[in-house]
Amino acid sequence: MEKHHLKGWLYLLPAFLFLGAFMIYPLADVFVYSFEEGYNSASQTFYGVGTYNYSYVLHDPYFLQALKNTFLLVVITVPLSTGFALLISMALSSVKPLKELFQTIYFLPYVTNTLAVGLVFMILFKKTAYSDGLVNLLINWFGGNSVDFIDGPYWAKMFVLCFYTIWVVMPFKILILTSSLASVNQVYYNAARVDGTSRFRIFRKITLPMISPTVFYLVITGFIGAFKAYSDAVALFGTNLNAAEMNTIVGYIYDMLYGDSGGYPSYASAAAILLFAIVLTITCINLLVSRKHVHYS
Amino acid sequence: MERQFDYNKIQKSARAQRAAGNIAIYGLLALWALIVLFPFYWMVLTSVKSYGSYNGEHVPAFFTLSPTLQNYADAFTTVSLGQYLINTLIFTVVTTVLMVAVITLAAFAFARLEFPGKNLAFTLFLSLMMIPNELVVITNFATVTNLGWRNTFIGLILPSVTSVFYIYLLRENFAQVPDELYYAAKVDGTSDLRYLRKVMVPICRPTLITIIILKVIECWNSYVWPRLITDDPERYLVSNGIQEIRENGFGRENIPAMMAAVVVISIPLVLLFLIFRKKVMEGVARGGTKG
Repeated sequence: MEKHHLKGWLYLLPAFLFLGAFMIYPLADVFVYSFEEGYNSASQTFYGVGTYNYSYVLHDPYFLQALKNTFLLVVITVPLSTGFALLISMALSSVKPLKELFQTIYFLPYVTNTLAVGLVFMILFKKTAYSDGLVNLLINWFGGNSVDFIDGPYWAKMFVLCFYTIWVVMPFKILILTSSLASVNQVYYNAARVDGTSRFRIFRKITLPMISPTVFYLVITGFIGAFKAYSDAVALFGTNLNAAEMNTIVGYIYDMLYGDSGGYPSYASAAAILLFAIVLTITCINLLVSRKHVHYS
Repeated sequence: MERQFDYNKIQKSARAQRAAGNIAIYGLLALWALIVLFPFYWMVLTSVKSYGSYNGEHVPAFFTLSPTLQNYADAFTTVSLGQYLINTLIFTVVTTVLMVAVITLAAFAFARLEFPGKNLAFTLFLSLMMIPNELVVITNFATVTNLGWRNTFIGLILPSVTSVFYIYLLRENFAQVPDELYYAAKVDGTSDLRYLRKVMVPICRPTLITIIILKVIECWNSYVWPRLITDDPERYLVSNGIQEIRENGFGRENIPAMMAAVVVISIPLVLLFLIFRKKVMEGVARGGTKG
């Protein structure tokens, strides 16, 4: 029997070793880092314990810029992508011919490398000395003036970032919503049709309540994902995001850790913990809101 | 007569309404398909335009009459795209194989074996699912640097060979396998490990394949950790390779060659997806994130 006890732990041992070394220990360590003041990564010394790192980060204009960018990105992309995905999924589930083809096409962005395809978006939107780029060509056709979306005004850069982010997150949302819509019992729709209920009313009173747990799940994962945005921005604007005014919170963490502006694991830790606190708060708020509006059958 | 006429009219207008609705629906679907596909089209198109003709276009052309494969040759000779691909392949295969071994053992222990402290350990595992990568990456970076593992495959691979979520997913599936099979195997004197290999793994193959596909996608596209750990181009993965190409390779303006590299990097996963379409979509629906 003794041997049997050991065996269970033996099977768990590899997983435990890896998790211990790369998850549990780091989790404790990141809090330690965040309170060590004046940490020097070369000599591995520090000269105080306190909350200076947090106050530094909270007063750092780069962090505030990153915070603003991230919040804008979240507030714009989460509702838009969820709404669009719902619209497209509804359209998708109301047709038969070509449905599989559309589904396949819509899923493609999920399996592409964010960095690689981001370059394509950069080229489409970029205005260079010799060509205004494709998107500007379209804008000109409709009588507008060319805008440099990659090195130009803030709103233009934010627009591209949001556009690309939505493009990247849509496949997942469409996939989940389509399968959720397919699982709604047809009996409800048939009953509504007999009563001559309008399409909009059917959507409001049947579809939306039935799929509300899924929508809510997508909103939560969408919030979390958008708060962690980083590689999309790198793909569009390059690694020096601070110079482009397009940094995100996660980008700020990595910039503090590594690269030309790096070498400050304490600031990075403080920023990471702040990010975690923000995400946790938002998720809790989401959960509270959902209690009122989500119908779990 | 009168009523008959009305009936026809109503039917006609209903049909017209449905047709109009269908046109609107297909229009919407086609529009989104266009937005999704266009970047892919543009990337392939640009990759077959010659350097001269691309830079000569003040107004971008929507097609080319003289496609060239020169850019693909450049992508492999001017920058070490081949090296990036090999690195990524090694990284993806080794990480996935190790991870499958680690999580299978752990999931089996949680689903099938009895030992003291199991429930506590499982709760601990589940609570780890909430920990975002950003919190632990800082220390991991320090750990790997202190161990001298920068620019090595060990440093790249080890932090990502366990996934709590996949252990959970697999355990749920393992737990569905009837206990009778286990007892029967025990009576026959089959060892736990042999039972796991010969019974559990084959029965739960669909879940394992799902996990493998998700992990391969994740590995192929991983950017942040490889960027922190590698600064030697000899060890770059494709994501970092493409970033390097963008900032230093080809001379900044050789966009067609850059697009050729992008096409080459995108092809493996797109092929994987088109071959295993059902599996991939099913897998992502069950265990995917990135939303």
